[in-house]
Amino acid sequence: MISIRSMTRRSEPYVFAAIVALSLLIQARSGQFFTGNNLVDLARALIVPALFSIGCMLVIVSGGIDVSFTAIASLAMYVTDKTLLASGYSGSVLLAYAMSGALGLLMGALNGGLIGFLKLPTLVVTLGTGSLFTGVMYGVFAASASDVPPAIAAHGKQTLFTAVNLESGLTSNMPSQVLILVGALVLVFLLIRYTMLGRGIYAIGGDEAAAERAGFSVAWIKLFLYSFVGLLAGITGVARISMISYADPSTMLGMELTVIAAVVLGGTRVTGGLGTLTGTIFGVTLMTILANSLILIGIPTYWSRVFTGAVIIVGTGVSARQIGSARRRVRTLQKEA
Amino acid sequence: MAASILKVVGIAKSFGGVQALKGVSLEIDAGEIHCLAGENGSGKSTLIKVISGVHEPDAGSIEIVGRRLSRLSPMEAIALGIQVIYQDFSVFPNLSVMENLALNMELMDKRALMNWGRARAIAAHAVSLIGFEVDLDERVENLSVADRQLVAICRALLHDSKLIIMDEPTSALTKKEVKALFAVIKSLQSRGISILFVSHKLDEVFEISERFTILRNGENVAAGSTEELDHRTFAFHMTGREFAEASYKSDRAPGPPVLSVKGLSQVGSYEGISFDLAQGEILGITGLLGSGRTELVETLFGISSPDSGSIEIAGREVRMRSVKDAIALGIGYVPSDRLTEGLFLPQSIERNAVIGVLGRLCNSLGLLNRRAVAELMSKWIAELSIAAKDPSLPVKTLSGGNQQKVVLARWLASELSVLILNGPTMGVDIGAKYDIHALMRELASKGLAIIIVSDDLPEVLACASRILVMRDGAFIQELEPATTTESRLGELSTGVA
Repeated sequence: MISIRSMTRRSEPYVFAAIVALSLLIQARSGQFFTGNNLVDLARALIVPALFSIGCMLVIVSGGIDVSFTAIASLAMYVTDKTLLASGYSGSVLLAYAMSGALGLLMGALNGGLIGFLKLPTLVVTLGTGSLFTGVMYGVFAASASDVPPAIAAHGKQTLFTAVNLESGLTSNMPSQVLILVGALVLVFLLIRYTMLGRGIYAIGGDEAAAERAGFSVAWIKLFLYSFVGLLAGITGVARISMISYADPSTMLGMELTVIAAVVLGGTRVTGGLGTLTGTIFGVTLMTILANSLILIGIPTYWSRVFTGAVIIVGTGVSARQIGSARRRVRTLQKEA
Repeated sequence: MAASILKVVGIAKSFGGVQALKGVSLEIDAGEIHCLAGENGSGKSTLIKVISGVHEPDAGSIEIVGRRLSRLSPMEAIALGIQVIYQDFSVFPNLSVMENLALNMELMDKRALMNWGRARAIAAHAVSLIGFEVDLDERVENLSVADRQLVAICRALLHDSKLIIMDEPTSALTKKEVKALFAVIKSLQSRGISILFVSHKLDEVFEISERFTILRNGENVAAGSTEELDHRTFAFHMTGREFAEASYKSDRAPGPPVLSVKGLSQVGSYEGISFDLAQGEILGITGLLGSGRTELVETLFGISSPDSGSIEIAGREVRMRSVKDAIALGIGYVPSDRLTEGLFLPQSIERNAVIGVLGRLCNSLGLLNRRAVAELMSKWIAELSIAAKDPSLPVKTLSGGNQQKVVLARWLASELSVLILNGPTMGVDIGAKYDIHALMRELASKGLAIIIVSDDLPEVLACASRILVMRDGAFIQELEPATTTESRLGELSTGVA
C-alpha cells in the first residue's frame, strides 16, 4: 500500500529520474551509453563502492557514521595479500576472502565495542580507528604496491561473460566479483527485512532510548553492526585487488566520503532511522555514472569531480532541507498545541 | 471497597546523598483513576521508576495485586501488568505504526525473525482495543502528537495491563485532544484497568481523577478524594505556599501609547489588527491554536513582515526587517518554546542571561568585562529569585520555571519598552507560575508595556489589564478582565456559545 503522497516523500524516484536523464543525455550526445561494453564497464566500476555503501547505509540508519571502512578494507586485504604471498599459497581464493573478512570483522568489532559498550561517539571512534588502521598498514607493514598471490590473480581473470561493442569492437568483461555484490544485497535485504536484529538497527536509529526500553540489546546490536560492516569491508578489499590485479594499499583510501555521499543521496536519512538498499544502489549508480561516463560526451575526467561535488551538495542539501522542514513543522505544531 | 492493585508503603530512595523519596506511600484500587501531582523535583518521576522496576528502593515495600515484593525488575513489573507511558511515548518515529505496536511483543516473546503477517495481526488487534483508527503502514513521525500517544497506549494494552502509568500525558496536547484522551482513559477504566495519571494541572486532576496523591520534596503532603480539593488547597499542597491573585490593574495614568498597531495584515495569518499599548499595561491576547496569535507577535518582533498596515513605536512609524531591528527598538520576545528557541541549553545560566547585552559589557577593545558580567548576573539572580546554585552551570540543569526566568533576565538586562511573552508559563509548575505572574505585574508597574499571548484563560484573567480575543486571524472583542469570566472568554475564542 504505497500512496502517492508517500511516493513523493521518498527520494528514490528522484534519483532514479536523474539516472535516466543523465543516461539519455549521454546516449544522445555520444551514442555510446547504452552499449554492452559501457554498461558492463559501469557495473564493474560499481562493485566496490556498492559493497561499501551497503555497510555504510546500515551504519547511517542506526544513527551513526563510519569513516573507517576503507581503512579496514585496505589493512585487511594488505595483510591477507602479504601473508598468502609469503606462504606461497596456491589454493582457492575463498581462503583470501575468509581471511580478509575475518580481519575486517575484528577491526569492525573494535569499532563496535567502543561505540556499543563504551558509548563513544561514532564519528570520533571511526576517525580514530581509521587513522590507526591506515597507520598500522604503512608503519608496521611498510605497505607499498605489491603483487597478488596466484589465487587472487586467477580469481581476477574469471569473467561471467564478455560484452562486445559492435561499432568500435571494444570488449568488456563482467567480473565474477559482481556475484559478491548480489550475494551481499540478498543477505542484507533478508537481514533488515526479516530479522529482529535488522529491525533493531532501524529501531536504534529511530530512538535509542525507546529501543532500550522495548528490550533491544542496543550495545550488542551495535557490536554486531560494526563487526558486520568490518567483515563486508574485508571482503570488499580482496574483491578490489583481484579486479585490479595488484595490491595497492592506497587504492581504496579516500573513497569513504563519496560512498557516504552516495548513500545519503540515495535517501538514507543522515540522522538515522531511514534508508533502503534500492535507494543506496541508485545513489551509487548515479555517482558512478558521473565519475565514469562523462568522458563519453567529451567532458574531461577532472570535471567529473566538479559534477560529483555539485551533485553531493544539491542531493544531500535537498534531503537535509526536507528533514529540517518536516522537523520544524512538527515542532511548530507541538509548541502551538 | 475494591481491592487495591498497587500499594507502596514508606518508599525511600536517594541518589548520591540526595534524598529523592523520604518514605512515600501510594495506594491505587482496581479500576481507579488516581492522580499523582507534585512540582518538578517533588519525587514523582522517581516514584514512577520505583513502581515500574527501574529503580530499586532503599526502603519500603511494594505490593502488586496482593503480592508483596522485596525487589522488582522492569520485566517483572511488565509481567505483573504495569505499563508506563513516558512523556516522549517511547515510540520509534521512523517505523510504521504496525511495527511500533508489534515490536515490543515480539521481543518479549524472544522472536529472532520478523513475521510481518503476525505483526499486522498484533497491530490490528491493538488498535481495535480502543477503536483507534489509523493507517497501520503510516510512519509514526507523520502522526500528530495525540495519535502517537494513542499508539503508545495501544501498545501498553497488548501486555494485559492492570495499571497504566501516564507521565504528564497532556503536556503536548491541544484541548480537543485532551478531551479525546480522557474519553480513552475512561474506556480503559470501564475495562477494569487502573490509571495513575501524573500531572500538575489542577483542571485535569479535577476532571479525570477520583483520588489524588500530592508529593512535595519527596514526601506525601496530601491524599484523598478529588472532590475535596479546590484551587487554593491544591496550589498550597503543591508548593507549600499560599497564593492570592487579584486581577491586575495599572495604577498609572494612561499615557501615550508606546506601541501602536494600525490595520496590520499578513495574508493567511491575520487581518486588520489594530491596537494601542501604553506604559504599565499588560495586554492579554488569547485565541485558539491557528487563530494567528503567534504569527501576529512574531511580526511585532520582526521575525516575519506584515503585508499591509503600520507599526508605531512611541509615535514613530517603524519598519522592522529583522529581529535585530526589533531589539534595537526596545522590543523583547519570549517564545513559547523557550527550550528550542529561547535558550542555549548546554551553555551556562550566566551566558544565557547576558547574551542580549554583550555589547554593553565589553571594554574598548571589545573584550568582555568579567566583573561586569558577574555583577549583572548576581543582580538578576537575586531580583528574579532564580533558584540556581551556581550561575556557571548549564541552563538545562534548571527547572522549567527557572529557565523561563533566565529568558526574562536576558530581556530585562537590555533596555526594553515592550516585552512580548508567548505562553509565559507553559510547562512551568505552579510555584514558578505565580512567581512569573508576580514578576510581570511588578515589571508593568515599573512602566514596562507587556503583551502576553496565552490560552491559559485563568492566567490571562489574572494578569492582563485588557484582553483581546483573537479568532481566525482577527480581533473579535476587547474585554476588561474585571467584568468577564473564563467561560465567556472560552466561548469567544472558539466561537461556540
